[in-house]
Amino acid sequence: MALTDLANPTRFLALTARLLPWLAALTVAVFAIGLMLAWWAPDDYQQGATVKIMFIHVPNAWLSMAAWALMSIASIGTLVWRHPLADVAAKSAAPLGAAFTFLALLTGSLWGRPMWGTYWVWDARLTSVLVLFLMYLGVIALWRTVDDPSRAGRAAAILTLVGAVNLPIIKFSVDWWNTLHQPASVFRLGGPAIASSILMPLAVMAIAFTLLFVTLHLAAMRNEILRRRVRAMWLMQAHAAQGA
Amino acid sequence: MDLGPHANFIIIAYAAAALVVIALVAWILADHAAQRRLLADLEARGVTRRAKPPEAA
Repeated sequence: MALTDLANPTRFLALTARLLPWLAALTVAVFAIGLMLAWWAPDDYQQGATVKIMFIHVPNAWLSMAAWALMSIASIGTLVWRHPLADVAAKSAAPLGAAFTFLALLTGSLWGRPMWGTYWVWDARLTSVLVLFLMYLGVIALWRTVDDPSRAGRAAAILTLVGAVNLPIIKFSVDWWNTLHQPASVFRLGGPAIASSILMPLAVMAIAFTLLFVTLHLAAMRNEILRRRVRAMWLMQAHAAQGA
Repeated sequence: MDLGPHANFIIIAYAAAALVVIALVAWILADHAAQRRLLADLEARGVTRRAKPPEAA
Protein backbone atom coordinates (compact mmCIF):
# COMPACT_ATOMS: atom_id res chain seq x y z
CA MET A 1 0.00 0.00 0.00
CA ALA A 2 1.37 3.41 -0.99
CA LEU A 3 1.64 6.08 1.71
CA THR A 4 -0.71 8.28 -0.30
CA ASP A 5 -3.42 5.61 0.10
CA LEU A 6 -3.69 6.69 3.73
CA ALA A 7 -5.16 9.95 2.45
CA ASN A 8 -8.37 7.99 2.07
CA PRO A 9 -10.18 8.22 5.45
CA THR A 10 -11.92 4.85 5.01
CA ARG A 11 -8.62 3.12 4.35
CA PHE A 12 -7.06 5.02 7.29
CA LEU A 13 -9.85 3.77 9.58
CA ALA A 14 -9.36 0.17 8.42
CA LEU A 15 -5.58 0.30 8.83
CA THR A 16 -5.61 1.95 12.26
CA ALA A 17 -8.29 -0.47 13.51
CA ARG A 18 -5.78 -3.27 12.93
CA LEU A 19 -2.78 -1.28 14.19
CA LEU A 20 -4.13 0.29 17.38
CA PRO A 21 -4.43 -2.85 19.60
CA TRP A 22 -0.78 -3.72 18.86
CA LEU A 23 0.36 -0.15 19.47
CA ALA A 24 -1.56 0.00 22.76
CA ALA A 25 -0.04 -3.29 23.93
CA LEU A 26 3.46 -2.14 22.95
CA THR A 27 2.92 1.17 24.79
CA VAL A 28 1.89 -0.63 28.00
CA ALA A 29 4.88 -3.01 27.73
CA VAL A 30 7.43 -0.21 27.17
CA PHE A 31 5.87 1.81 30.02
CA ALA A 32 6.23 -1.20 32.33
CA ILE A 33 9.92 -1.53 31.46
CA GLY A 34 10.49 2.23 31.68
CA LEU A 35 8.82 2.56 35.08
CA MET A 36 10.78 -0.40 36.40
CA LEU A 37 14.07 1.14 35.19
CA ALA A 38 13.01 4.53 36.62
CA TRP A 39 12.20 2.94 39.96
CA TRP A 40 15.60 1.21 40.20
CA ALA A 41 17.64 4.09 38.77
CA PRO A 42 20.28 5.41 41.20
CA ASP A 43 19.78 8.73 42.96
CA ASP A 44 21.60 11.73 41.54
CA TYR A 45 24.59 12.76 43.65
CA GLN A 46 23.22 16.31 43.97
CA GLN A 47 19.45 15.99 43.46
CA GLY A 48 18.89 12.72 45.27
CA ALA A 49 15.70 10.82 44.38
CA THR A 50 14.04 13.92 42.84
CA VAL A 51 15.89 13.00 39.64
CA LYS A 52 13.06 10.46 39.15
CA ILE A 53 10.79 13.39 38.23
CA MET A 54 13.03 13.89 35.18
CA PHE A 55 11.82 10.56 33.74
CA ILE A 56 8.36 12.03 33.24
CA HIS A 57 9.19 15.74 32.97
CA VAL A 58 11.66 15.50 30.07
CA PRO A 59 9.58 13.18 27.79
CA ASN A 60 6.54 15.40 28.32
CA ALA A 61 8.60 18.51 27.53
CA TRP A 62 9.92 16.90 24.32
CA LEU A 63 6.43 15.78 23.29
CA SER A 64 4.94 19.21 24.00
CA MET A 65 7.20 20.56 21.26
CA ALA A 66 6.95 17.51 18.99
CA ALA A 67 3.14 17.74 18.97
CA TRP A 68 3.27 21.36 17.85
CA ALA A 69 5.86 20.48 15.19
CA LEU A 70 3.53 17.71 13.94
CA MET A 71 0.62 20.20 13.90
CA SER A 72 2.80 22.62 11.90
CA ILE A 73 3.62 19.98 9.27
CA ALA A 74 -0.06 19.02 9.11
CA SER A 75 -0.95 22.71 8.75
CA ILE A 76 1.26 22.95 5.67
CA GLY A 77 -0.65 19.92 4.37
CA THR A 78 -3.92 21.75 5.02
CA LEU A 79 -2.91 25.05 3.43
CA VAL A 80 -0.81 23.82 0.49
CA TRP A 81 -2.11 20.37 -0.50
CA ARG A 82 -5.55 20.34 1.14
CA HIS A 83 -4.69 16.83 2.30
CA PRO A 84 -7.94 15.19 3.54
CA LEU A 85 -6.37 14.02 6.78
CA ALA A 86 -4.10 17.01 7.43
CA ASP A 87 -6.44 19.15 9.51
CA VAL A 88 -7.84 15.99 11.14
CA ALA A 89 -4.26 15.23 12.28
CA ALA A 90 -3.66 18.81 13.47
CA LYS A 91 -6.96 19.07 15.34
CA SER A 92 -6.50 15.69 17.03
CA ALA A 93 -2.96 16.50 18.17
CA ALA A 94 -3.87 19.79 19.87
CA PRO A 95 -5.54 18.45 23.06
CA LEU A 96 -2.80 15.83 23.43
CA GLY A 97 -0.10 18.47 23.02
CA ALA A 98 -1.86 20.66 25.58
CA ALA A 99 -2.00 17.77 28.07
CA PHE A 100 1.69 16.94 27.61
CA THR A 101 2.65 20.62 27.95
CA PHE A 102 0.55 20.88 31.12
CA LEU A 103 2.39 17.84 32.52
CA ALA A 104 5.78 19.29 31.55
CA LEU A 105 4.92 22.51 33.39
CA LEU A 106 3.45 20.74 36.42
CA THR A 107 6.22 18.18 36.87
CA GLY A 108 8.86 20.85 36.21
CA SER A 109 7.29 22.97 38.92
CA LEU A 110 7.23 20.02 41.34
CA TRP A 111 10.89 19.35 40.54
CA GLY A 112 11.81 23.02 40.82
CA ARG A 113 10.45 23.55 44.34
CA PRO A 114 12.88 21.19 46.13
CA MET A 115 15.82 21.92 43.77
CA TRP A 116 15.51 25.66 43.08
CA GLY A 117 13.49 26.63 46.14
CA THR A 118 10.59 27.88 44.04
CA TYR A 119 7.74 26.43 41.97
CA TRP A 120 8.02 29.07 39.28
CA VAL A 121 10.29 31.77 37.89
CA TRP A 122 9.61 33.93 34.86
CA ASP A 123 12.76 32.81 33.07
CA ALA A 124 12.91 32.36 29.29
CA ARG A 125 12.45 28.55 29.22
CA LEU A 126 9.53 28.36 31.63
CA THR A 127 7.80 31.40 30.14
CA SER A 128 8.16 30.20 26.53
CA VAL A 129 6.70 26.78 27.48
CA LEU A 130 3.81 28.55 29.25
CA VAL A 131 3.25 30.53 26.02
CA LEU A 132 3.19 27.18 24.14
CA PHE A 133 0.51 25.89 26.53
CA LEU A 134 -1.59 29.05 26.00
CA MET A 135 -1.18 28.67 22.22
CA TYR A 136 -2.50 25.11 22.43
CA LEU A 137 -5.56 26.41 24.30
CA GLY A 138 -5.95 29.14 21.65
CA VAL A 139 -5.91 26.64 18.77
CA ILE A 140 -8.39 24.35 20.55
CA ALA A 141 -10.67 27.35 21.18
CA LEU A 142 -10.41 28.38 17.52
CA TRP A 143 -11.42 24.89 16.36
CA ARG A 144 -14.47 25.08 18.64
CA THR A 145 -15.41 28.60 17.55
CA VAL A 146 -15.83 27.95 13.81
CA ASP A 147 -18.59 25.50 12.80
CA ASP A 148 -17.30 24.56 9.36
CA PRO A 149 -14.32 22.17 9.86
CA SER A 150 -12.56 23.20 6.62
CA ARG A 151 -12.73 26.93 7.49
CA ALA A 152 -11.67 26.21 11.06
CA GLY A 153 -8.83 24.04 9.73
CA ARG A 154 -7.41 26.84 7.57
CA ALA A 155 -7.63 29.43 10.38
CA ALA A 156 -6.06 27.02 12.89
CA ALA A 157 -3.33 26.13 10.37
CA ILE A 158 -2.30 29.79 10.04
CA LEU A 159 -2.26 30.24 13.83
CA THR A 160 -0.26 27.01 14.22
CA LEU A 161 2.38 28.06 11.69
CA VAL A 162 2.72 31.48 13.35
CA GLY A 163 3.07 29.74 16.72
CA ALA A 164 5.83 27.48 15.37
CA VAL A 165 8.17 30.45 15.82
CA ASN A 166 8.04 29.63 19.54
CA LEU A 167 9.65 26.19 19.07
CA PRO A 168 13.25 27.38 18.44
CA ILE A 169 12.73 30.00 21.16
CA ILE A 170 11.90 27.20 23.65
CA LYS A 171 14.79 25.02 22.47
CA PHE A 172 17.47 27.73 22.54
CA SER A 173 16.07 29.88 25.38
CA VAL A 174 18.55 28.30 27.80
CA ASP A 175 21.44 29.29 25.51
CA TRP A 176 20.25 32.74 24.45
CA TRP A 177 19.30 34.00 27.92
CA ASN A 178 20.53 33.50 31.45
CA THR A 179 17.93 31.10 32.87
CA LEU A 180 17.42 29.22 36.11
CA HIS A 181 16.50 26.20 33.97
CA GLN A 182 19.53 24.09 33.13
CA PRO A 183 20.88 23.99 29.55
CA ALA A 184 20.36 20.97 27.28
CA SER A 185 21.93 17.83 28.74
CA VAL A 186 20.82 15.11 26.29
CA PHE A 187 20.71 16.55 22.74
CA ARG A 188 23.88 18.63 22.79
CA LEU A 189 27.19 18.91 20.98
CA GLY A 190 29.62 16.49 22.58
CA GLY A 191 26.92 13.99 23.49
CA PRO A 192 24.69 13.57 26.56
CA ALA A 193 25.97 14.93 29.88
CA ILE A 194 23.95 12.35 31.86
CA ALA A 195 25.31 9.09 33.29
CA SER A 196 24.10 6.04 31.36
CA SER A 197 22.43 4.64 34.50
CA ILE A 198 20.04 7.62 34.37
CA LEU A 199 20.04 8.11 30.60
CA MET A 200 18.72 4.59 29.92
CA PRO A 201 15.49 4.90 31.98
CA LEU A 202 15.00 8.37 30.49
CA ALA A 203 15.33 6.99 26.94
CA VAL A 204 12.89 4.12 27.61
CA MET A 205 10.36 6.46 29.23
CA ALA A 206 10.72 8.85 26.28
CA ILE A 207 9.95 5.96 23.88
CA ALA A 208 6.98 4.94 26.07
CA PHE A 209 5.49 8.45 26.09
CA THR A 210 6.09 8.77 22.32
CA LEU A 211 4.27 5.47 21.72
CA LEU A 212 1.48 6.74 23.97
CA PHE A 213 1.23 9.92 21.93
CA VAL A 214 1.15 8.02 18.62
CA THR A 215 -1.51 5.61 19.92
CA LEU A 216 -3.73 8.36 21.33
CA HIS A 217 -3.24 10.53 18.26
CA LEU A 218 -4.31 7.79 15.85
CA ALA A 219 -7.33 7.00 18.07
CA ALA A 220 -8.26 10.70 18.27
CA MET A 221 -7.92 11.01 14.47
CA ARG A 222 -10.34 8.08 14.05
CA ASN A 223 -12.82 9.85 16.35
CA GLU A 224 -12.49 13.08 14.35
CA ILE A 225 -13.16 11.25 11.06
CA LEU A 226 -16.27 9.66 12.60
CA ARG A 227 -17.37 13.09 13.93
CA ARG A 228 -17.13 14.54 10.41
CA ARG A 229 -19.16 11.65 9.03
CA VAL A 230 -21.85 12.30 11.65
CA ARG A 231 -21.82 15.99 10.71
CA ALA A 232 -22.12 15.18 6.99
CA MET A 233 -25.07 12.89 7.72
CA TRP A 234 -26.80 15.51 9.86
CA LEU A 235 -26.40 18.00 7.01
CA MET A 236 -27.84 15.47 4.52
CA GLN A 237 -30.75 14.87 6.87
CA ALA A 238 -31.35 18.63 7.21
CA HIS A 239 -31.26 19.09 3.41
CA ALA A 240 -33.66 16.18 2.95
CA ALA A 241 -36.03 17.67 5.54
CA GLN A 242 -35.93 21.04 3.77
CA GLY A 243 -36.62 19.43 0.39
CA ALA A 244 -39.56 17.41 1.70
CA MET B 1 12.73 2.21 48.59
CA ASP B 2 13.52 5.49 50.34
CA LEU B 3 12.54 8.44 48.17
CA GLY B 4 14.27 10.87 50.52
CA PRO B 5 13.05 14.12 52.04
CA HIS B 6 11.24 15.20 48.85
CA ALA B 7 9.19 12.02 48.39
CA ASN B 8 5.92 13.99 48.26
CA PHE B 9 7.04 15.93 45.18
CA ILE B 10 8.02 12.72 43.37
CA ILE B 11 4.79 10.91 44.25
CA ILE B 12 2.59 13.88 43.28
CA ALA B 13 4.43 14.24 39.94
CA TYR B 14 3.92 10.56 39.03
CA ALA B 15 0.32 10.56 40.29
CA ALA B 16 -0.50 13.67 38.26
CA ALA B 17 1.04 12.13 35.12
CA ALA B 18 -0.96 8.93 35.65
CA LEU B 19 -4.18 10.91 36.19
CA VAL B 20 -3.71 12.97 33.02
CA VAL B 21 -2.90 9.87 30.94
CA ILE B 22 -5.94 8.01 32.32
CA ALA B 23 -8.13 11.07 31.64
CA LEU B 24 -6.87 11.27 28.02
CA VAL B 25 -7.52 7.56 27.41
CA ALA B 26 -10.98 7.76 29.01
CA TRP B 27 -11.89 10.85 26.96
CA ILE B 28 -10.81 9.23 23.68
CA LEU B 29 -12.68 5.98 24.44
CA ALA B 30 -15.83 7.87 25.48
CA ASP B 31 -15.64 10.06 22.38
CA HIS B 32 -15.26 6.98 20.17
CA ALA B 33 -18.29 5.32 21.76
CA ALA B 34 -20.35 8.51 21.37
CA GLN B 35 -19.48 8.94 17.66
CA ARG B 36 -20.21 5.25 16.95
CA ARG B 37 -23.58 5.59 18.70
CA LEU B 38 -24.50 8.69 16.68
CA LEU B 39 -23.46 7.02 13.42
CA ALA B 40 -25.44 3.87 14.20
CA ASP B 41 -28.49 5.98 15.07
CA LEU B 42 -28.30 7.95 11.82
CA GLU B 43 -27.73 4.80 9.74
CA ALA B 44 -30.70 3.12 11.42
CA ARG B 45 -32.84 6.05 10.27
CA GLY B 46 -31.62 5.54 6.70
CA VAL B 47 -29.51 8.71 6.54
CA THR B 48 -26.50 8.51 4.21
CA ARG B 49 -23.51 10.78 3.71
CA ARG B 50 -24.13 11.20 0.00
CA ALA B 51 -27.13 12.48 -1.88
CA LYS B 52 -29.23 9.79 -3.53
CA PRO B 53 -28.89 9.80 -7.33
CA PRO B 54 -31.91 11.31 -9.11
CA GLU B 55 -34.47 8.66 -10.03
CA ALA B 56 -34.72 7.74 -13.69
CA ALA B 57 -37.66 9.37 -15.45
